[in-house]
Amino acid sequence: MDERYELNKNLAQMLKGGVIMDVTTAEEALIAQEAGAVAVMALERVPADIRKQGGVARMSDPKIIKAIKKAVTIPVMAKVRIGHIAEAQIIEALGIDYIDESEVLTPADETHHINKYLFKIPFVCGARNLGEALRRIGEGAAMIRTKGEAGTGNVVEAVRHMRTIMSEIRVLKDLPKEELMNAAKNMGAPYELVVKTAEDGKLPVVNFAAGGIATPADAALMMLLGSEGVFVGSGIFKSQNPKKMAKAIVLATAHFNNPEIVAEVSEGLGEAMKGLEISEIASENILSTRGW
Amino acid sequence: MASIGVLAYQGSVAEHMKMLSRIEGVSPREIRFPEDIGAVSGVILPGGESTTMGKLIKDYGLIDALKERITKSMPVWGTCAGMILLAKEITGEDITYLNVMDIAVRRNAYGGQLDSFTADCNIPEVSSHKIPLVFIRAPWVEKTWGNVKILARIDGRIIAVQQGNILATSFHPELTEDMSFHNYFAGMVKQADMQ
Repeated sequence: MDERYELNKNLAQMLKGGVIMDVTTAEEALIAQEAGAVAVMALERVPADIRKQGGVARMSDPKIIKAIKKAVTIPVMAKVRIGHIAEAQIIEALGIDYIDESEVLTPADETHHINKYLFKIPFVCGARNLGEALRRIGEGAAMIRTKGEAGTGNVVEAVRHMRTIMSEIRVLKDLPKEELMNAAKNMGAPYELVVKTAEDGKLPVVNFAAGGIATPADAALMMLLGSEGVFVGSGIFKSQNPKKMAKAIVLATAHFNNPEIVAEVSEGLGEAMKGLEISEIASENILSTRGW
Repeated sequence: MASIGVLAYQGSVAEHMKMLSRIEGVSPREIRFPEDIGAVSGVILPGGESTTMGKLIKDYGLIDALKERITKSMPVWGTCAGMILLAKEITGEDITYLNVMDIAVRRNAYGGQLDSFTADCNIPEVSSHKIPLVFIRAPWVEKTWGNVKILARIDGRIIAVQQGNILATSFHPELTEDMSFHNYFAGMVKQADMQ
């Protein structure tokens, strides 16, 4: 189990500095790969459409996931509902590379997340703060992403969550060891992982940004805040020119420290996805509060 | 001081930098642009996604600068994705990237993440002890030609090769604590510096 978990964390390390794109068809998957995505997330509907159409959002049809897997050589991920053990087993049986236990889908369990150690396939999970991130890692997540607020094209929540996690790590790093148990109690996180995070000054797994990233500048911003890569959901295929937007976000992520390049790739992209103001979303439609 | 560059767009960059920083007489440096290449005497192409890195090296002209230095005998080492970037042939595909090493490589040869694995192997040229090997959605070398030397096989599959100044491994020494391959490559760079 330990060796498998290490291998799964290792795959996330290979994705660092890259962009993971939501795709709904084999054609979109090829566009993503051609643009330089490090992985694709196979979905039936992108988050913006899930938000618009409402209803219960479930795991995608395995047929769609298999078609996408067949189309590309880069890793393929797929989402399952929080706590939905059977959906996770189905996705694992499809032989793809990563599961996202995601708040973007309607949770199957409001109290318990999946025990990810029971699986061979790696999991990525969302988090809004350090305690949540360490709880998911405690359950076996091999990678973390900020939740942000998916399907809004509004980066403000991703920024909030990344800033929160990074700042909580900085605080932890400066605590004397005898204060770490109290910190673990206060954030509801496993003590061993709190100690490890304090010692390393970083999360024990790779940490990406997700939820509302819609432009090359958004991607660069998340990297500047300490993210190790980005997930872009609706931002690409809901923009006016997906090919160009996809390529621009890849370049902005790889060269986030180089404003000239980010400026250059931001030119003439056409319209980005139409964004949503978070305060105008009814509280029952906020996705990031799903899971705990 | 031997200055060794790590292609720093994406993937296991920090891991390679950390390994290099532990070697005496080596100064590690991240490289992204053609002008960075002049300052180093060897380059590591890290693990990551080869399609992504293959595109990024083209965008700002690094590919030609790298190719020129490699053909003029600068030591280069590709791990996993880096091996794919070096190959003159990718099995079943029309594209190549740096196109400098006489090997045909099969992408994701072992399968997907569920097929990732670890092993260990004696590689006498590189170390006197068994080296731990980590394979992540790894390629293998399907065939070699020219003066390529096969350094290691696992279950009959070629997983480490060298052709003069060019070194390629299917696996990721940067994900282990074993310094053998990094020391070996640093030795190649130091020797090239002396000549």
